[in-house]
Parts: sequence; structure tokens; C-alpha cells
Amino acid sequence: MKPKIMLLMAGIAVLAVIAAMSAGCTEVTPGNETPNATANQTPTGTTGAAGGDGVLRIATTTSLENTGLLAELEVMYENTTGVDLQITAQGTGQALELGQRCDVDVVLVHAPPLEEEFIDGGYGTDHRCFAYNYFIIVGPEDDPAGIRGAQPEEAFQTLYQLGTNNTEGVAFVSRGDNSGTHSKEQEIWEAAGYNYTEEIQNSGAWYIESGRSMGETLALANEEQAYVLTDEGTYLSFRQDLELVPLVEQGDELLNRYSVMAVNPETCPNANYAEAVNFTSWLTSEETKQFIGEFGVEEFGQPLFTPLYAPQCTEPPFNCTCAENVTA
Amino acid sequence: MVDGIMDSTIVQGFIQAIELIVTGNPEVVEITIRSLYISLSATLIAGLIALPLGALIYFKEFRGKQALVNILQTLFAMPTVIIGLFVFLMLSRSGPFGFLDLLFTPGGMVIAQTILIIPLIMGLTVSALSSIDREMRYTIISLGASSLQSIVTVIKESRFAIMSVILLGFGRAISEVGTVMIVGGNIRGFTRVLTTAIALNTSMGNFPFSIALGIILLTVALGVNIVLSVVQRR
Repeated sequence: MKPKIMLLMAGIAVLAVIAAMSAGCTEVTPGNETPNATANQTPTGTTGAAGGDGVLRIATTTSLENTGLLAELEVMYENTTGVDLQITAQGTGQALELGQRCDVDVVLVHAPPLEEEFIDGGYGTDHRCFAYNYFIIVGPEDDPAGIRGAQPEEAFQTLYQLGTNNTEGVAFVSRGDNSGTHSKEQEIWEAAGYNYTEEIQNSGAWYIESGRSMGETLALANEEQAYVLTDEGTYLSFRQDLELVPLVEQGDELLNRYSVMAVNPETCPNANYAEAVNFTSWLTSEETKQFIGEFGVEEFGQPLFTPLYAPQCTEPPFNCTCAENVTA
Repeated sequence: MVDGIMDSTIVQGFIQAIELIVTGNPEVVEITIRSLYISLSATLIAGLIALPLGALIYFKEFRGKQALVNILQTLFAMPTVIIGLFVFLMLSRSGPFGFLDLLFTPGGMVIAQTILIIPLIMGLTVSALSSIDREMRYTIISLGASSLQSIVTVIKESRFAIMSVILLGFGRAISEVGTVMIVGGNIRGFTRVLTTAIALNTSMGNFPFSIALGIILLTVALGVNIVLSVVQRR
């Protein structure tokens, strides 16, 4: 009996703390960078708790964060609107999961098939694509597998055959984290004629799953002198620290399209939908797109992302909406 | 050649790291203050809960007491990511405490770290009190003290040992990365703390910044240890 009483007491104590924290959390906002947050912001739909006024929660892919683009966009947006952007960088799969659980208001992702599922499931709305670049396969300079200039599927077939034959110097590093890049990798394996879960995963020491962000995965591949599928942006921003070189960089299947979605206010009544709409409009505005198109030119000698404009975006291979205004 | 590059990266990283600290880089300062704030709050709350409970376990005789102490000691080694996952699911808007809106906030991180170190402080409190002479306890009781009075007296007597327990709890809280990454979400300027900032900046290849934060984290740990040894020497 008595240990149960102890456990009960401990449980009650923990609940009391949770309640106390919730009462205190409104004034607990250390590091609030915008003291004049409410000074000149546009009216927001204050739907319940919704993370408070002037706070927008965004889940994003690691590639947008690792390149540094997002940090700059965050500062620009916070300075012009006074809204506090709270950005958490996760893989695309995890970002969408957070949206599905109503834990964020906006998702920034790059996995069109997963995005479609998300919209169809009623979790997301106001899908807008805003920029793109390409995935590339990078690898060691001397290219032991000889995939330079090949089509992506051919390159993957070669890597699989040589890798499963334990060929010296042939290894492939996968994100293995259900991110947008991982999703693209699986698409290419399937297109190359393999069943990803049955034939590729656990097929030998040559196939390494890092389970980490794009930057860390590139660093791992660099240490192992392995091949890796990466988005162009992250590769360019890490290139100075890498000995890996681009080997395969052509083909529409390597397109990497970035999109923004608001979490559906019907599924998540507490989401800050009004602010999500404002952010989407801003992100897809001419000025912001121009900034995205120029990002990285100074530092890396070329832009990391290409902004998407209508009507180009509505045609293959993009097939998305980029121009229509978003309204609440 | 490669070694030469490595060397210069580390050396330059250190030099830049020292610069960042000496010049009081605002981001470094902000992250450090947030880390201290969150982990100190968690330690304070955990202490308020776990010290009395630990004392209660020590003073009360009940069936399964040894088993409870064993469970607590097992929880010392509870992986931080499991606590992180548990608190994440609890605080998520689709979870049971979602209405509190605490996921990805400093408050949520305080809860996670509090839960993390409660077993540690409880278990070590039992040990700390056990180290007090049993004779003294019997003396207190024979002098007619109520159980509350005897608890207060023994805790008073063992205050230095208890203080070390609290410092150990703080050390575990501030150095862990698992719960704060999952529950806090590593949001810049809001929930980013020393350990998650080191993880992020390392993944971005921004080594000087990581090294600078690492030096600060080590300094905090060193400070805790110095205080701990001073306390224990008394």
C-alpha cells in the first residue's frame, strides 16, 4: 500500500509543477528579441491560446536552416512585422508530423509526395511553392564507382551493385531520417527498380544511414569518402570543408522544390492561422523571392536557391501554386 | 596536409572562441543566461519536490522501500531522450497537456529537466540522510520530536550533503541535450541552450561558436565541482 501512496504523491507533485509552470509561462519569455513586438503588427486572429499574440511557430527542413537562409529571413520578417518567429528545424517528415499534431502553425518542407498526403489528410492548407534547386550526388574526386555524368537511376544501380559486392571504396551515406532528402533518395531507388525497405536497407556495410541533418551527413560522407545525395544549397554552403565533388547533377527527378503550408485551422483550431497567412504572403512576395534568389551569391559565388514564379511553377516538373494570394 | 588543416581549424577555432567569450558576443551571452535560467529553475523545483519525498522515504518504514530505492537508482541513468519523448508526447497539442501550450517553450524545458533530475535528487537524498548517524535520529525521536520536527532536524544536520545532491542535479540538468532538444525544439532566441546550440553549430560546421559554448559549459561544470568540493570539505 505505502509505496503506492508515495507514487501517488510524486504524481501529484509533478502535476502541480506542470500547473505552476503553465501559470508562469506567460511572463516567462526570456530572450524576447522584439520588445516592441506588438507595436506595428497587423491584426492577428487571436484564436485561443495559439502561442500568444504575434508568435508564429514554424517547423522547417534542416537544409533551409543549415544554409543560413532561414536565419536571415527570420530577422527580416521580425523587423518588418514585429512578429516573433519561433523556428524549429527538423527533417521534413518530423516537420509534417509536428503540423499534424497541431504543434506548429506553418511548415516549410521539400517532399512533394509527403506534402500531398498532408494536404489530402486535411492537415495542411494554402500550399505554395516558393523556390527550388536541385539535388546532386556527390562523392570522392577519383570516383571509384565511375558514376560521373550518369543519370541518377543508373548511378544508384551502379552503386548498389558495386556496394553489395563489397567493392573497395564504394559506400553510400543516406540521411535515413524520413527527411525530404531521404524521401527523394527513396524515390530514386524505387525508380531504379529496387524495393527500398527490402533491398536497400540492411543490404550491407556499404549503405550507411546517418540519421542526422544534411550538414552532418555531408561531414560523415566526407570522413568515409562515400557517395551521398544532397541538396545543392547545403552542399554549396559546406563545400569549403568538403573534399567531395558533384558527380551527378542532371535530370528532372533531381528537382528539389521548397514549399510552405499553413496548418489547417479546421483540424487545429488553436493554430495561429491569420499569422500563418501573413507569413505565406510575405514569403511568396516579389521582394522576398528576389532576396532568396540573391542569397549566397556573395559568399558562395552562386545563388543557393532559385525563386519560383508563375506561370513556370504551374508547369511540369513543378506543378504547384506559387502566385495566387493567400487570404484567411 | 589534412592534419595541418585539422590543426589550424582547432587552433583558429579556439582563438575565435576566446574572442567570442571575451568580447561578450550577445548570442553567446544570451544562450548562456538561458541555459542557467532553465536548469536553475528545474533544479529549484526538483529540489522542492524531491528533497521532502526523499526524506519521507528515508524516515518511513514500509514494504517495498528497498525496491523503491532501487527503482530510483535505476532512474539515475534514465536516458534523457526517453524523458524528452515522454514530455514531448504529454505537452504536444494533441497530447493530454496540450492545452497548456508548453511544447517548444522554456517552461516545457524546465518541466522536462525537473522530471529528469527528480529521481536523482530523491535517491541521493536518501543516501545523504543515511550517512547521518542513526544514533542522532533515535536521540531526536526520544526527545519527543514529532516526525516533522525530526525530519527538519536531520535535514538541517545533513545540509551540506544535501547541497551536494542539489549541485549534482544541476550538473545533470545543464549538461544534458536530449530533453531540451526534443521538448525545446532549439528555437533561436527562445529555447536554444548551450548544449543544443553546440549540436546545431557543429552540424553547420561553425566550430568556433561550438568551441566557445563548450568552454562556457565546461566552466560552469568546473564551477559546480569547485563549489561541491568546498562544501564536502566542511
